[in-house]
Amino acid sequence: MASVAHEGHGHDHHGEHHHHEENFISKYIFSQDHKMIGKQFLMTAVFMGVVAMILSILFRIQLAWPGESSDFLTFFLGEKWAPNGVLKEDMYLGLVTIHGTIMVFFLLTGGLSGTFSNMLIPLQLGARDMASGFLNMLSYWFFFISSILMLVSLFVESGPAMAGWTIYPPLSALPQAISGSGLGMTLWLFSMTIFIASSLIGSLNYIVTVINLRTQGMNMTRMPLTIWAFFVTAILGVLSFPVLLSAALLLVMDRLAGTSFYLSDIIVGGEMLANHGGSPLLYQHLFWFLGHPEVYIVLLPALGLSSEIIATNSRKPIFGYKAMIGSILAIGFLSFIVWGHHMFVTGMNPFLGSVFVFTTLLIAIPSAVKVFNYLTTLWKGSLVLTPAMLFAIGLVSTFITGGVTGIILADSALDIALHDTYFVVAHFHIVMGMSAVFGMFGGVYHWFPKMFGKMMNTRLGYAHFWITLIGAYGVFFPMHFVGLAGAPRRYYDYSVFAETDTASADMMLDLNVVITIFAIFAALGQILFLFNFFYSIFRGPKAPMNPWNSNTLEWTTPVEHMHGNWPGALPVVHRWPYDYSKPGSETDFIPQDIPLAEGEEEH
Amino acid sequence: MENKLIILIVIILGAIALAQLVRVYEISAKLRKTQEHEISNRDNNLNAKLMLGFIIALFIGFIYLMLEYGWTGRGVAASVEGKETDWLLNLNFVLVIIIFFFTNFLLFFFTYKYVRKPGVKAFYYPHNNKLEMIWTVVPAIVLAVIIILGLQTWNDLVAPTGKEAIRIELFSKQFDWTARYAGEDNTLGKFDYKLTTDNNELALLTTNTIDSAISNMMNGANGISRIQKLLNNRDTIFNDSTSNALRADLSRKERLYRLLAQMKANHDKKLDASAWDDIIQKDTLVLCKGQVYEISLRAKDVIHSAFFLHMRAQMNAVPGMPTRLKFTPSMTTEEMRISKNNPAFNYTLMCNKICGGAHYKMKMIVVVKEKAAYNAWMATKKKETFKDKYFPAPAAPVAAAVLDTTMTN
Repeated sequence: MASVAHEGHGHDHHGEHHHHEENFISKYIFSQDHKMIGKQFLMTAVFMGVVAMILSILFRIQLAWPGESSDFLTFFLGEKWAPNGVLKEDMYLGLVTIHGTIMVFFLLTGGLSGTFSNMLIPLQLGARDMASGFLNMLSYWFFFISSILMLVSLFVESGPAMAGWTIYPPLSALPQAISGSGLGMTLWLFSMTIFIASSLIGSLNYIVTVINLRTQGMNMTRMPLTIWAFFVTAILGVLSFPVLLSAALLLVMDRLAGTSFYLSDIIVGGEMLANHGGSPLLYQHLFWFLGHPEVYIVLLPALGLSSEIIATNSRKPIFGYKAMIGSILAIGFLSFIVWGHHMFVTGMNPFLGSVFVFTTLLIAIPSAVKVFNYLTTLWKGSLVLTPAMLFAIGLVSTFITGGVTGIILADSALDIALHDTYFVVAHFHIVMGMSAVFGMFGGVYHWFPKMFGKMMNTRLGYAHFWITLIGAYGVFFPMHFVGLAGAPRRYYDYSVFAETDTASADMMLDLNVVITIFAIFAALGQILFLFNFFYSIFRGPKAPMNPWNSNTLEWTTPVEHMHGNWPGALPVVHRWPYDYSKPGSETDFIPQDIPLAEGEEEH
Repeated sequence: MENKLIILIVIILGAIALAQLVRVYEISAKLRKTQEHEISNRDNNLNAKLMLGFIIALFIGFIYLMLEYGWTGRGVAASVEGKETDWLLNLNFVLVIIIFFFTNFLLFFFTYKYVRKPGVKAFYYPHNNKLEMIWTVVPAIVLAVIIILGLQTWNDLVAPTGKEAIRIELFSKQFDWTARYAGEDNTLGKFDYKLTTDNNELALLTTNTIDSAISNMMNGANGISRIQKLLNNRDTIFNDSTSNALRADLSRKERLYRLLAQMKANHDKKLDASAWDDIIQKDTLVLCKGQVYEISLRAKDVIHSAFFLHMRAQMNAVPGMPTRLKFTPSMTTEEMRISKNNPAFNYTLMCNKICGGAHYKMKMIVVVKEKAAYNAWMATKKKETFKDKYFPAPAAPVAAAVLDTTMTN
């Protein structure tokens, strides 16, 4: 059996796999098995996500009840950062910054792409493992180290990075300007540097695996949409993360070596700096050259997962499979030529602004195609509303709701008055944050049986979904109105409006209370998920091999995990993954490894 | 402390209770012989109905928020340009809201309608080129309209202003704004950050300010002479880090000093006049209704952003890089107070780029007056030019003398 199991393993693994008995360390810690690495990514990301969520509750308390004492704040932040239970201004910015950084990079990049690319690429392609198990392990451990560094930065004396998750210099370059730009920012930069290394190693591995290790019959046009999404995501990561690294390195040089890449003509803290000739805009260009593709690095995997979940649980093929691939590719390509829409009012040349308006609005076309294809997939389906399916539908809803406001923000003339207001915060939290989180939850509920061989509790899943959906809309929907009233983001206290416009101030404070209550409600709802997740790992009922009657290859592997994934020969693929409810078939699904029946046509 | 203990106990008990509930549920599921991955029709239908209920509730919530807080919650635009962008914003909003209602409704309605029913098989419908073509082309056409209208407006907004525009500079630093009016000649005096001294906070460029900056750099409180004196004092011994810091400080200042000396050598005295008549205004920014303003922006320390919410104007102020914006106020403060029904209302200039701890407090009151009132105000300010305020006596010979001694040393 063992020799059969390793036939496709290639020569790069020889030696280490000949013994089946593995000790604790090589199985659970320094594992090179893609399934274990996927789970490691998931566990780390869930932990980071919980931290970032608690941070957000801390600053939401300040926003809803500015200046009022709260035991909760003192409990987490102590007397130093919340004297008498009132959050300090600097720490408010620190919380906002680290919340954003962890959510975008650690939860939604590392957690989403890291977990599901690792878990599903080999399983859905019919491969024994990733192209390089060792690099895969390295990718996780870099991710782990960068997570630790980011968490450590919360505890340094001068506070964590406080310049916003985009860390625009000069604020992030000058410790005199804000205390978080001292050691906290240094740790942020080191953490992100290691994170980028992790992401690059992982992405290269995913790309190589998708190109080289597809099983017999698995053409590119027979790959599940999940794999297409992970594949394009990995390409985006490889092309854009190095640019963020260069931006970060130049910033490190400005901070430590006295260079002037981003600094020019500055007097700060009474001190006249000699730096001259640098440009803060250079940083913004470099940052957003990653920053915008990053949005799709976060979103595409979620869309891929939801495509698979929706098709399976509608018992229908995904509508317009090729158009879906086309729109993933189009979105991936366009995401590289739109970064300037973050910079309409930064002093960038206005003509350049108009070019970015054009390219940005083009993205709406493939996005619209995706939405309509999802709708048509649901149309005349036979929907099974598993918790995963509900989350996937929730994703489509948030993708629409957050997407349409993007049409307004992409229009430079309209962006002038909305730039950096809560309207933007609402937009990207719904379209990127909520969609990706919903995709991730959907993925966890759907593939949990594959990851852990157990089932999650469905009832708790339902409760979790409803709390999360209501909480998410309750938090981010009113934010649009706060933004339209002109509330700038990253303000510590909106009662400053009271001096000049009491009506606006009242409205903002009222809505902020509503938002915070929904946020606390949604955060408490996540306890249900955490409980369900960990409880089911240990005590959940045993999962059947193919619980959702799905077509893709991962459901042909045994429930008990093993090296090499399939006990016998690798499966051979004969059809696309979406033969659900095909006329002429007795069952409403035909897995990919079933040969075409006589006279049957491929879709 | 007691509170925390109680909270902790409640959390633990809650978790235990949840675990017990799940156990009960599992045992009853075993008795009913149902399995976790099989979704019962009852659950399925319940969730389908909840989905429909949710979208209706969301729509009602949306309409309620619109009615409660107004179409855009920010009142009418107070500038000519703002009126134009508000028109475009409203057009976009109508479109966006239609899409939002239509697609979200379909999504949740389909979820409700096509939930699994016993005996009904899903319709195998993998693709339809015609349909796909329709929903590629229709959005493309709509977007083309949006793009064309948007770019037309954008080009108007960023077009250069002519001579009729009054020039004002907004100088930003942590955490306040200073305005500088161009004065009689409507030309803003030039500046260089190295000229910053106590009586020249905006670093304006004139012969006198160069001299006083040079003298300050050499003989000021932390000037070159003092640092040299400290380092050369044999009675004190500095530890390494202090001594290194002092040396670094000295070399930086010597470099700045050389640059200032160069500036002096190359200075064209004709430039002085444009700076002398500038008017520096700290507390409020006073503007005239119906007048185009060409506003230059400058930042001293970090990036700030000038955000005129009511005029729908915004631009970042970037250290080392000049930026600009323009707008034409179209409503006086009084008119806006009546429109808002709030006699205490004031326009504000806010900072809208994170700039440090007190970022949220960084603002300046903006007052828009009728032409007559504006002219009357301006007339009082004409006696408070930069020269009158900060360099009233012909101070040039004194400063030059100081410089001469330092140069010969």
